[in-house]
Amino acid sequence: MNKRFLAPIASLLLASFAMAEGGTLKIISSLPRTGSSNAQTTTMVNGIKMAIDEVGGQIDGFTLEYEDMDDASPQRGNWDASIEAQNANKAVRDEQVIGYIGTYNSGAAKISMPILNKAGLVMISPGNTAAGLTKPGLGEANEPRIYRPTGKVTYFRVVPADDLQGRVAADWSKELGCKSVYLLDDRELYGKGIADVFEKRSKEIGITILGREGVDSKASNYKALANKIKAANPDLVYYGGTTQTNAGQIAKDLRSVGVEAKFMVPDGCFENAFIEAAGPSNLNGKTYVTFGGLPANQLTGRGAEFCKAYVSKYGTEPEAYALYGYEAARVLLDAIKRAKTKDRPGILAAVAATKDFDGALGRWSFDENGDTTAKILSGQTVENGEFKFAKVLGQ
Amino acid sequence: MAMESQPSMWVDVFMQQLTTGLSNGMIIALIAIGYTMVYGIIELINFAHGDLCTLGSFLALTLVGLLGMDAWTGLPGVGGVVLLLVSCALFCASLNWVIDRVFYRPLRQAPKLTLLVSAIGCSFILVNVALFWGGIPMEVFGGGVAAAAPKDFPALVSDENLLGATAKMSFTMSDLLVVCVTLPLMVALTMLIRFTRLGKAMRAVAQNPTAASLMGIDVDRVIGATFLIGGAIGGFASVIYALYNNTISFQMGYRTGMDAFTAAVLGGIGSMPGAVVGGLLIGVARALSDGYIEARWTNSVVFGILILTLVFRPSGLLGAKLRDKV
Repeated sequence: MNKRFLAPIASLLLASFAMAEGGTLKIISSLPRTGSSNAQTTTMVNGIKMAIDEVGGQIDGFTLEYEDMDDASPQRGNWDASIEAQNANKAVRDEQVIGYIGTYNSGAAKISMPILNKAGLVMISPGNTAAGLTKPGLGEANEPRIYRPTGKVTYFRVVPADDLQGRVAADWSKELGCKSVYLLDDRELYGKGIADVFEKRSKEIGITILGREGVDSKASNYKALANKIKAANPDLVYYGGTTQTNAGQIAKDLRSVGVEAKFMVPDGCFENAFIEAAGPSNLNGKTYVTFGGLPANQLTGRGAEFCKAYVSKYGTEPEAYALYGYEAARVLLDAIKRAKTKDRPGILAAVAATKDFDGALGRWSFDENGDTTAKILSGQTVENGEFKFAKVLGQ
Repeated sequence: MAMESQPSMWVDVFMQQLTTGLSNGMIIALIAIGYTMVYGIIELINFAHGDLCTLGSFLALTLVGLLGMDAWTGLPGVGGVVLLLVSCALFCASLNWVIDRVFYRPLRQAPKLTLLVSAIGCSFILVNVALFWGGIPMEVFGGGVAAAAPKDFPALVSDENLLGATAKMSFTMSDLLVVCVTLPLMVALTMLIRFTRLGKAMRAVAQNPTAASLMGIDVDRVIGATFLIGGAIGGFASVIYALYNNTISFQMGYRTGMDAFTAAVLGGIGSMPGAVVGGLLIGVARALSDGYIEARWTNSVVFGILILTLVFRPSGLLGAKLRDKV
């Protein structure tokens, strides 16, 4: 080969080596992007992007790449087990992927947790609250063992679990003067789980349970069920479910047959889509929503900064879970920074070792189950078609 | 519970459940008529029918938004409901006719399975049109931000109890609306099929299309007319559905279609009174199961009834002799 060409080629090669020295680290998020959770998950994805932008898109010479995957299908309008499994398998096969942010729905986590666990790929959830995913003795007998086939903890979450949320919800309803409750759930992992905790706590603190039913979340209306609830005449109706499992229609039908009781729902309904689906007039003044954290306008410090930055960048208020998307990405990036080797085992070890993390929700750590030590929850009401912060719960 | 201790209250609750069940059943029956008419005449299970009704509901919500109808009260309010019924019926009728003309008519001589697959494909297209429709930036669609989210349909018809605010039983304006639209429609339809030339032609084509065409009946025109009528009834049903449930979503056609199809099969597919009986039966069975068994068993109860019926009467409750196609 002619020498004149050799020099530029050599330098080109060298340059490409220098670039490849860092290489690419890929972060995946798997959230329901199709269906009514879209508004919520869009703000979560924005939160993740903001966290990556904050570090300038790279860490120690490694370029960060981010892919926003959808785990919902148009047929369900909600998370879909087969798609979540596909996403997890795709992430595992792609060797550049070093972190998996997701899922939003606890039921979906159940699918991807064992797949990612076998591959030793760290998973950080910004939204799952079902207690059994991490805590022994709170879910089914074989939980959380079945999600950890290797026996190692590879799943972490930045939100407090339902053993807290269901409990404070029951306590709150007692404070509101409710002596009897009618419990409904959507028969999904999350909804049924939180209703179970609510039921258990209600019995402990002396709230009478007038009935407990699993509903068909695709039914066109619930008037017959509402008639039955009206005859039982409870002080409170609690629905363990989400906007996607028809909480809006249930609220609507309770009012349309004239049930006067208060209506309480967990954080799966803490999004504007719930108010939209139910119609504000069916919720105003009688609806109570618990949430495993603080709403955007109650945050202080770093959390408040995030909200300000978010509004100036996207021009809208973030939904409740945007902050958790941001927090999940930040704790992952922090671990990548601290990791001795920038590969799956190294980053997994660094995430597990997270201590006193200076997060948007104050200082917190991951405990041995992979749960956050942050334990601030809040309750909101619906007034004039908007969520209104009522009080801090669980302190 | 208090229910057991007071017999009079027990009766009230039971009657209430029956009312709810009948109202729901009438809506199911209206949609089931669309399935059964088309099956009766070309032996096609028109899977697109439920989704056609979805589009009807979306048109209704669009009109409500465009005309600001949620502010109309009194006589204009009644006029508004009539306007919705008429425009959605016209819309669904023409759309159903177009669907037949474009998707089904070229396949008249093809194997029935081809037609069936074509119907499923058509259903997918309609679902996606509804998804797109929900993304139109109008206030009634929540600004079109989340196209797939369920949409709140304003309560144009009040839920006030017509029996008085203190009455134990409640029969609301929306229950009345369901009855007032469904019953006359069913009577009119029965008359049409029994006593008019078109009805006679429809019955003839249903029995034997070849023989009918030999007698000088324009078979394609009669089939087109069947789709028009079935679509119009679907249009009425879509408005009633929206006004009664107050929520619409692009996916609702799947579920309502499933219920209606079940009703049609239960009553004997191809039989008009069968569709009505099947619809009412399913509506009441659902309400009673929700009320007295447990909501989680409702689907099992409904399909249990269907299976038992088909075991003992394979052609459905009021069905003619069983045909062997699809």
